[in-house]
Amino acid sequence: MLRSILSGDLPRSTVLALLLAVILVGLALAPFLFPGVRTVDTAARICVFILLVASYDLLLGYGGVVSFAHTMFFGIGAYGVALALSHMGRGFGAIFVGAGAGALVAAVLALLIGLFSLRVRAIFFAMITLAVASAVAVLVSQLSGLTGGEDGLTFKLPRELGPAFKFGKEAFDGKLFGVTLNGKLLAYYFVFAGALVLFLLLLRVVNSPFGRVLLAIRENDFRAEAIGYRVVYYRVAATCLSAAVAALAGSLYAVWLRYVGPETTLSMELMIDILLMVVIGGMGTMYGAVIGATLFVLAQNYLQTLMGAASGLFEGVPILPDLLSPDRWLLWLGVLFILSVYFFPTGIVGRLRGGK
Amino acid sequence: MTAAPKHAPKMAELSLADRLGPWMPVLLVPLLVVLGALAIPETSSWLTLTVSGLAMGMMIFIMASGLTLVFGLMDVINFGHGAFVSIGAFVGVSILLLLGQMTAAPSLGLNLIAVLLAVLGAMAATGAVGWAFEKVIVMPVYGHHLKQILVTMGGLIVVEQLIIVLWGPEEIYIARPEALKGAITFAGAALEKYRLVAVAVGLVVFIAMRFVLRRTKIGLIVRAGVQNGEMVQALGYRLRRVFVGVFIAGSALAGLGGVMWGLYQEVITAQMGNQAMILIFIVVIIGGLGSVEGCFIGALLVGLLQNYVAFLEPKAALISNIALMVAILMWRPMGMIPVVKAK
Repeated sequence: MLRSILSGDLPRSTVLALLLAVILVGLALAPFLFPGVRTVDTAARICVFILLVASYDLLLGYGGVVSFAHTMFFGIGAYGVALALSHMGRGFGAIFVGAGAGALVAAVLALLIGLFSLRVRAIFFAMITLAVASAVAVLVSQLSGLTGGEDGLTFKLPRELGPAFKFGKEAFDGKLFGVTLNGKLLAYYFVFAGALVLFLLLLRVVNSPFGRVLLAIRENDFRAEAIGYRVVYYRVAATCLSAAVAALAGSLYAVWLRYVGPETTLSMELMIDILLMVVIGGMGTMYGAVIGATLFVLAQNYLQTLMGAASGLFEGVPILPDLLSPDRWLLWLGVLFILSVYFFPTGIVGRLRGGK
Repeated sequence: MTAAPKHAPKMAELSLADRLGPWMPVLLVPLLVVLGALAIPETSSWLTLTVSGLAMGMMIFIMASGLTLVFGLMDVINFGHGAFVSIGAFVGVSILLLLGQMTAAPSLGLNLIAVLLAVLGAMAATGAVGWAFEKVIVMPVYGHHLKQILVTMGGLIVVEQLIIVLWGPEEIYIARPEALKGAITFAGAALEKYRLVAVAVGLVVFIAMRFVLRRTKIGLIVRAGVQNGEMVQALGYRLRRVFVGVFIAGSALAGLGGVMWGLYQEVITAQMGNQAMILIFIVVIIGGLGSVEGCFIGALLVGLLQNYVAFLEPKAALISNIALMVAILMWRPMGMIPVVKAK
């Protein structure tokens, strides 16, 4: 049963299995275990980022292709839901239409970029995605009539997903284990379930024959071509799939935030965050995405406070407070990133599995 | 015994298309200029736009040339190249601000000395940083494209953040030196002096680079190394050392480009290198990775097109470069002047 849910790709390490179980239980029961606006918000962000990072890992870890447009696809999904909800009215139909349209647009765009660049060399893809993604980001902030520009869009969710919607009045007196049963809780479980199902789907994909071919291409594309697999087709297919799932992750994020804007969905910083999560968790394994995203989001929320304290500690020393200020968080992430690419190319999961 | 078949080779005249083929990339630039003249009704604004397009193209070329050579020589793709642009701009602008009295004086000589000092300082700084970058960040990941992209991207982030630590997060405004302010009028068109200087500097750099690559021994080794590195090593040249030299020179040129770009925009930010990277990549791809000439032509095309389109239809300027790249990749998938690798 478990084996078939996980598509035969078991954690293969006791510590890893324990960690994954803790994360799964923690996320599944987050509103009850850690009641509080900020903690539930963190849990929802972790769900979305696990899915987003997993979809990126399909491309980077399995396909061996670096993309810098993953936030663009993420943003397309988010804006799809936002536009659908603000033009079609608040309803579940609008969410699904928006998410579907976003995923479709993302896949088509990925197909075009992929066909143009991947047929020549895989490194073209990295450069072209960088160019296209930045052009799209500028375009979104300029077309303010449609996208709200820099301010972004706020929109209304279906009533059932809002905090004003209460349920279970008769059965549980409106509360379960001291947690108010309202629409915000439903919204969390909407995000959680969506992320879980899509993650398991990705796990299925990478353990299918298609995923094996991708691995073969990553290890030696020349030989894979010689055996008779059209490398371009497989890479482009992986790109499209990954873009579509990223767009769906964006849709979930939009549903949770009830807001989209260029800063939250399209920025280059977000792209760097995704890269870090993949590398720290471990490229080429879906579980790496779970570990990486969880650690990273937790660190982002709670470590910056720590850096602020450390910066205060060195008050008066010339450059140190500047180096340690919470705004320079990216500096240390960059250093960590380089070090982990050198010394832990397989990431935390690779270490735990006792790989090379 | 039968007689040998008569040997009568026939020399077919090459068709016009075949003869034009190799020159097509070179002809694209004048073609674009003519198209611009047709699309823009007033000659004076066309002239202004052409000069600013050429100036922009030259600056992009200076920044991009190092990247393309580094790739051609060692198959190293450096996503951190933009960091050198930022460093160059910050060091150069800091020197110019220090020499504020010299740049504010209305004397051409003093101004030029100040700019020259700034450029030299910037190139020295970026050359040194380039050397360290190569040693620390790039060297451990030779021959591994995926890791190169990741690690150099990480390097770019670190350098960008260090710039913010050293110079503060605010953008820095810089006025051009007195003698380079203003414009001259030619045929009814106002041509900014600074842009003319940028065109001249770009031309000088291109010609000097071509001279070094075509006429000197070191250029010969570099060109041979691009085509077949193993053979050059087998002949007894330490290609690694040549490569480090090219990396340093490329970084220094990016620094020069950074100073020029900063003076062109009259404002510098830590992210400017990252933004320049986007244009640099487009130029390098359409030119053909590894080709200096292709890079030059690509840079001019991008600069001109961006200026023409921005004048005709401001909203479309963003996409025009991407459209150009798509068109060129459809025509020649490896770029306009693909580098032949003997592998």
